[in-house]
Amino acid sequence: MELFWEIVIAALLVIGGFFGLVGSFGLVKLPDPMTRLHAPTKAATLGVGAVLIGSMVYFAAFKGNLSLHELMITLFLFLTAPITAHFIAKANILRDWRADRLPPPEGAGDWAIYTPAADTSALELLEVEEADKEAAREAAQAAARVAAEEGGSEADRS
Amino acid sequence: MLKKLLPHPHLTLLLTVVWLLLANAYTLNSLVFGLLMGLLIPWITAPYWPERPRIRNFPMIVEYALIVLWDILKSNITVARIVLFVPNDKLEPAWVTVPLDLHEPEAITVLAGTITMTPGTLTAELAADGHSLLVHCLHAPDPDGVRDEIKERYERRLKEIFE
Repeated sequence: MELFWEIVIAALLVIGGFFGLVGSFGLVKLPDPMTRLHAPTKAATLGVGAVLIGSMVYFAAFKGNLSLHELMITLFLFLTAPITAHFIAKANILRDWRADRLPPPEGAGDWAIYTPAADTSALELLEVEEADKEAAREAAQAAARVAAEEGGSEADRS
Repeated sequence: MLKKLLPHPHLTLLLTVVWLLLANAYTLNSLVFGLLMGLLIPWITAPYWPERPRIRNFPMIVEYALIVLWDILKSNITVARIVLFVPNDKLEPAWVTVPLDLHEPEAITVLAGTITMTPGTLTAELAADGHSLLVHCLHAPDPDGVRDEIKERYERRLKEIFE
């Protein structure tokens, strides 16, 4: 039984190493930055994944405790790989591609990268801040008016 | 009131579970601390994530996750084959526009991530109005087929989950 698990773990490590190697080789071999992005984001996922599964099998079979850290690593990898790829792709489009060499999006607009005002979140925050200040000013004025009126009526009474 | 204290209940649950797994100790101590994190982090980040996504179809999430895992496995083998055996001058990279029927930002994020993780495709850009994705294909003799597969395989299921 021990031999069986050893073979399984060894196979997983070899698979992991192989896909890691292919991913790195793809970085060298593919012709331009956009295609190069494909090799590490994918091949590396299975490469790391196989090593992690191997580690889980090792701890379950030989140390007798279930280790779930590897699932976390997988989760974080799946969350971060697409985001990194997206940012590298964006930087590359901005550097090397003109808008007329890309297919247009559906509808009237353009891709976000050619639309400088696309990110309005900062502007919205400014607007909210302005509105808050305005509201505070109005409230202060109203309070001052009420205070003045009350002061006036008290002065009338005396 | 409850919405103010607990802006994202799913995130609270997820953070607690992640903390327990990271700590690798399933004791009352870590559970309490995990819950504390799970309550504090959504509460602090609520201004940056004001809308609460509504998940309508929980069993669909499992189906979606299994399909994506299977596709990631296939994706790795496909890309490895292309890297090793297709010469560079035979490679046909292509840009594809994928029009979106999804409107929830969370759903679009999941779709973009899925496209990047699956066979030979990579999300490069979002349209300014948020109604299309720009996808780069490593080797696509038939770009329209790629677009239809993304819409049929992933977007339809995400629509069932989120909308």
